[in-house]
Amino acid sequence: MKKLFSKFDFPKLPKNDKLKIVFLILALTFLIALPFFGFSNYWMNNLVKVGVYIVLALALNILVGYTGLVSLGQAGFVAIGAYTMTVLVKDYQVNFFVSVLIGGLIAAIFGVLLGLPSLRVRGTYLTLITLGFGEIIRTIIIVWEPVTSGPMGIRNIPTPSLFGLELSLSNGGLYYLVLALLILVVLFSHFLFRSKTGRAFRAIKVDEPASIMMGINTTYYKTLAFVLAAVISGLAGSIYAIQLGYIDQNTFTFDMSTLILSIVILGGMGTIRGMFIGAIILVLLPEVSRALMAYRFVLYGVILVIMMRFRPQGILGWKPKKPYHVTKNARMLFEQGHGELVKLNISNQE
Amino acid sequence: MKKPIMNKNILEVKNLSLSFGGIKAVDDVSFNVGHNEVVSLIGPNGAGKTTIFNLLTGFYKPDHGEIFKGDKKLNDKSPQEIVKTGISRTFQNIRLFSDMRVIENVLVGTHIRTKYSLFDSTFRTRKYRKEEDSNTAYAMTILSTLGLFDKKDQFASNLPYGDQRKVEIARAIATGAELLLLDEPAAGMNTNESIELMDFVKYLKSLGFTILLIEHDMSVVMNISDRVYVLDNGSLISEGIPSVVANDANVIEAYLGGTLNVNNQ
Amino acid sequence: MIVQQIFNGLTLGMSYALIAVGYSMVFGILRLVNFSHGAIYAFGANIVLLLVSLELGILPAILLGILFTGILGIVIDKLALEPLRKQNAASITSLITTIGISNIITNLLIAFLGSQKKSFPTLFPDGSITILNFQITYTQLGMFVVSLLLLVALMLIVNKTTLGLAMRASETNIKAAKLMGVNVNFVISFTFFLGGVSAAIAGALISSYYSMAYPNMGYMSGLKAFSAAVLGGIGSLPGAIIGGLTVGISESLAATFFGSEFRDSVAFVILIIVLLIRPRGFFGKKEIKKL
Repeated sequence: MKKLFSKFDFPKLPKNDKLKIVFLILALTFLIALPFFGFSNYWMNNLVKVGVYIVLALALNILVGYTGLVSLGQAGFVAIGAYTMTVLVKDYQVNFFVSVLIGGLIAAIFGVLLGLPSLRVRGTYLTLITLGFGEIIRTIIIVWEPVTSGPMGIRNIPTPSLFGLELSLSNGGLYYLVLALLILVVLFSHFLFRSKTGRAFRAIKVDEPASIMMGINTTYYKTLAFVLAAVISGLAGSIYAIQLGYIDQNTFTFDMSTLILSIVILGGMGTIRGMFIGAIILVLLPEVSRALMAYRFVLYGVILVIMMRFRPQGILGWKPKKPYHVTKNARMLFEQGHGELVKLNISNQE
Repeated sequence: MKKPIMNKNILEVKNLSLSFGGIKAVDDVSFNVGHNEVVSLIGPNGAGKTTIFNLLTGFYKPDHGEIFKGDKKLNDKSPQEIVKTGISRTFQNIRLFSDMRVIENVLVGTHIRTKYSLFDSTFRTRKYRKEEDSNTAYAMTILSTLGLFDKKDQFASNLPYGDQRKVEIARAIATGAELLLLDEPAAGMNTNESIELMDFVKYLKSLGFTILLIEHDMSVVMNISDRVYVLDNGSLISEGIPSVVANDANVIEAYLGGTLNVNNQ
Repeated sequence: MIVQQIFNGLTLGMSYALIAVGYSMVFGILRLVNFSHGAIYAFGANIVLLLVSLELGILPAILLGILFTGILGIVIDKLALEPLRKQNAASITSLITTIGISNIITNLLIAFLGSQKKSFPTLFPDGSITILNFQITYTQLGMFVVSLLLLVALMLIVNKTTLGLAMRASETNIKAAKLMGVNVNFVISFTFFLGGVSAAIAGALISSYYSMAYPNMGYMSGLKAFSAAVLGGIGSLPGAIIGGLTVGISESLAATFFGSEFRDSVAFVILIIVLLIRPRGFFGKKEIKKL
């Protein structure tokens, strides 16, 4: 059976930049206005969940989609963010936003720890280490009872407030919190893609030895990818904890990590838009059908297998048709002449 | 004010040796490459030519011997450090970043010369914009000089083979290299394409580059090489200008029954 | 007492080796770590349990279960992995596919059989024999001997038969083997079949040792067997045996000295140490990187 839809590339996308900007503005307006449409708490809850998972997918996307590192331990970073924020807010009365940032910082440290083995270890072996990392975090949660309350979990996680206004589900505050984080992470991913760091990531994904030969310090960049994914996941974890109201070691399992991977693969690894569609489908669809809900874990696995076989680029993962955007300034520099090539190269050696 | 060039050779290799297990892949090899020369390293398949490239670029570490780029000793440097000294290479099997556009491939080449940080690119600071524009203009200049400007937006995997090879060379140039190591650049090409590529190498020389070339078919490089070194079973068996080497008895014997065609047919 | 633990370790270790050879054989031919192998092991044990509950005798259940699991191995390759090989897919694609398969198998088992632990029948009579002042239970003896016999049979197949020769040729250079007339696709299927068979046998043995089986059992045991395979040198059959025994004994000793909570972490610690210090393990070949 040949690749499905490989030539059929969803021509719904706006054809030029102006249309794309209009589309984005409309989408943003819609998202900002959403809480006023009168959705029930149940659906607002789901939307917050979708938002959290889009952020988590964007984080994993940096690892898998940009750099080609398959991580099955993202739930560990989510847990770190969630528990750090919760413990600091509940037990030490630290401000919510400060706690979230500290959670991100601690996640970053663990991200470095997880990135270090990438010096010696590749491919499946590295993935297995990320798997082990997730399990180690779960074990720490269970064993470090004085801080995490172990298997009893932490309940009654307080809702944060901003300038005295409580950010809860019912007033839409929590939704806007997620939306704000989502917009920031989308912008970050977008700017990352078109930068020296992003190109280094993408080069490593395609051909690591060639990247080394082009002067890229691949160990540094692979570790950096882990750190970025860790921090973003940690930040999302804090919000997730608020939404759930209760966390224990069973909140952050291997199944969560698999779900995030399935979102990335389904939507289209390497793209930002893919994370949206993947999360919407995989988080909301089971809510719609009882049958799907029971078998949803099988579904995640099936999606991985089917997508890899028939459409590895994902639903929204087509190559851009537009030319590479070159700034006016760059074009001007080019037209003014950049100097003779080799003289430029040789003079750099001096 | 330019420093006077201390060592007249860009590349100086002395007594280079490397063994794998018990097998001597490179055995006491010495050679040099002077400024703006085209030097070819030829020999039958398995003679150790690519191994030498891997040694020069820091992918392997030699057991014995020394490698100098100008005055800098390269032996203990990492591949990334070596690229910074002004050497860059292409690969026998073209290794472009297939998921990326032509211009993005060349921009990857500029990586080691780029100074802005992740902070700069995240917040699109002036430092980022200035360097990114400069690098983009530089990449476009390279592509334009090499006749590839029209293809800059295409994804690397969509290009015909000959163009992919040129993009690989463009990417190597973008690192700021003055010495280009080309590993069997004409591999996989028919006679006409090979001739075109060799003219291209001549053109690179005219731009001022210094080139060390690997090839197993001597006829391909006869016309463009200033000097030739012949490698067989890890050792140098001949060296000199092409016409001399082509008539060297040792060389003819090494190639007996092989691919040598000294009459350049 | 320590010696007793070492015997326990040897017993378990031989069974881990039976699982580990599945990883090694597939890696040897395809250079692929079959992430779903742990799930295949769990499938084997649970299928046997299911067949026993359908009133089949224990021996027919085991034989049938082994057959089904072997077939499962072939199906996984034919349906999911072979098409990827034909497409020359990147290794990240195969990795994600095997993750998906592991997920599917495990969660289907949970969906159909329920996730709780179920009791597994004993395979060997109670009682023990005494050798040189040490007591060895029939179960320990039985597990050890059965695993040993199977591992020996595997090594005989690989080293002494024509099919085994075809396997070894394919491991060394799959393209050359094809050109020499080896039916490479059949060899690959056979390799997956053997992997499934040995995993199922290990599943029956280990489940009977602990008197229980459950759908998620592949996770930990799969990880332990993988550590064993890497320790011994992935791709090497004797290595899988050495690795399995080492992991088994280390696990027993750790449980004795540090407490049973640490039983499962030992294999993981071994894996990390091996990967960081000597990734090719005992008998693995040093891969020469080529540019």
